[in-house]
Amino acid sequence: MLRRKIANVVMLGLMWLAAGVVLLPLVLILWRLVSQGASALNWDFFTKMPAPPGGTGGGMANAIVGTLYLLAIASVVGLPVGIGAGIFLAEHRGARLANAVRFLSDVLNGLPSIVVGIFAWQILVRPMHHFSALAGGIALGSMMIPLTARTTEEMIRTVPNSLREAALALGYPNWRTSLSIVARTALPGIVTGALVALARVAGETAPLLFTALGNNFWSVQATQPIDALPLRLYLYATSPYDDWNRQAWAGALVLIGLVLVISLLARHVTRAKFGKAVD
Amino acid sequence: MTMPPTTAVPARPMTPVPASHAAGEPGQVLLDITGLNAYFGAAHVVRNVSLAFREREVTAIIGPSGCGKSTLLRCLNRMHETVPLARATGRIVFAGQDLYAPEVNPIEVRRHIGMVFQRPTPFPTLSIRDNVAAGLRVLKRGQRPNRAEVDRIVETALRNTALWDEVKDRLHTSAVALSGGQQQRLCIARALANSPRVLLLDEPTASLDPLSTQKVEELVYDLRQRFTVVIVTHNMQQAARVSDRTAFMLDGELVEVAPTHKLFTTPSDPRTEAYVTGRFG
Repeated sequence: MLRRKIANVVMLGLMWLAAGVVLLPLVLILWRLVSQGASALNWDFFTKMPAPPGGTGGGMANAIVGTLYLLAIASVVGLPVGIGAGIFLAEHRGARLANAVRFLSDVLNGLPSIVVGIFAWQILVRPMHHFSALAGGIALGSMMIPLTARTTEEMIRTVPNSLREAALALGYPNWRTSLSIVARTALPGIVTGALVALARVAGETAPLLFTALGNNFWSVQATQPIDALPLRLYLYATSPYDDWNRQAWAGALVLIGLVLVISLLARHVTRAKFGKAVD
Repeated sequence: MTMPPTTAVPARPMTPVPASHAAGEPGQVLLDITGLNAYFGAAHVVRNVSLAFREREVTAIIGPSGCGKSTLLRCLNRMHETVPLARATGRIVFAGQDLYAPEVNPIEVRRHIGMVFQRPTPFPTLSIRDNVAAGLRVLKRGQRPNRAEVDRIVETALRNTALWDEVKDRLHTSAVALSGGQQQRLCIARALANSPRVLLLDEPTASLDPLSTQKVEELVYDLRQRFTVVIVTHNMQQAARVSDRTAFMLDGELVEVAPTHKLFTTPSDPRTEAYVTGRFG
């Protein structure tokens, strides 16, 4: 009796500890970011171009816009392929090709991001002879493909088979059943998965080193090098200038804020889904 | 719509033109099964069944769980084959056309022979109106009715299922907010909007409360004036209440088919008698 109670208290304590350890790094990181970066976070930070080396003031306007620009290209490249592949995987559950695609997509998912960067450099930057936003966006997009493919597949699998049968029995062709009924019903989940993938690649640095390169100047041209928050962060954090270091903290704060906003958006969409569930 | 005789059919005989419901005389054979066998992989679930369904009659198929009655039903609109490893052999002739002939498109078969399932299956992303109109949305461009026609078809289908007065003020709200019984009648309305000639009901009241069940049964009773209905049920009282003819199946075989009152009062096969008197099943 006593033994059982002691075991219960000990195990419960260990689980609380584990939960605490999960939260601790996030709390520490956020605290450090705010305490170090908040002072550099001002209107100029969002609207001004970077200061020249050693100079003070300036901002990261080009990097913020660059990151959004890269994420837009990545979405255009990655989401249609990823979602399409996910629908394929869900619709051909047992098929040998689907199993192969699922396995390869998992491998792709585990690929170190630096390898994605080198690959994009090899097939895009080298033939085009210069670094470009396009190459960076495609590198990020190709990282989104396996992520969205798997979440799309999972979400489509939650749609009851009875809906598929009901559509077929009404004379829906297979492709219309898959798209208009099954994928449409799973849409909130698919959107959530897409947003999570977007949040995941928003902070990627390695694939951009070889592709987007970074840019001290304003550019929104797909064929030119473009700046991005993670790249600027890397540059500033490793620099010897105090002002740049402070701005690096602020940049990290903005980046985390962006990821947080995307994640909150994803949660909101998920909640909308369960607000009007099927059964 | 009258089907041309099998010998003179063009390449695509099953055109998705709405059927005229006065196509045949009541009592005439509309759907004729000969030597049907159905399998799931190696499992032989329907064994050499021959059975005819007559124009504007309600035929009930009864039998214990797992006797193959649902599978038989699903062969009639070629839904059986949508399950992996499922296959069927034999002939099913619908208004003169073999449904399993190679040139027949199963999608068009399903428009002529509608189906409603055990559990209500409203499409959760569509409104009540759009659920009823769902089958019309996938018609080819030239055959798709315009907005006003769709509204008229939806209203007719909802009136035919006694739902109109209950939902007419919230046609554009979500269909999943309806009660289970209403959802099931909505699914029947959705099938009717395709103007089928045959309606297949697979235990349509299995998930409903007694009051909703009664409404669906009354509906089935009324539908016979315009449609040929095949209803699978494990509820013998239901079969007795709604059907003109009843078929009894056991272990994949058709044991007996007879006018409902005869099957329940003076069955000719001892197995039927044992089942309807409650000695097994």
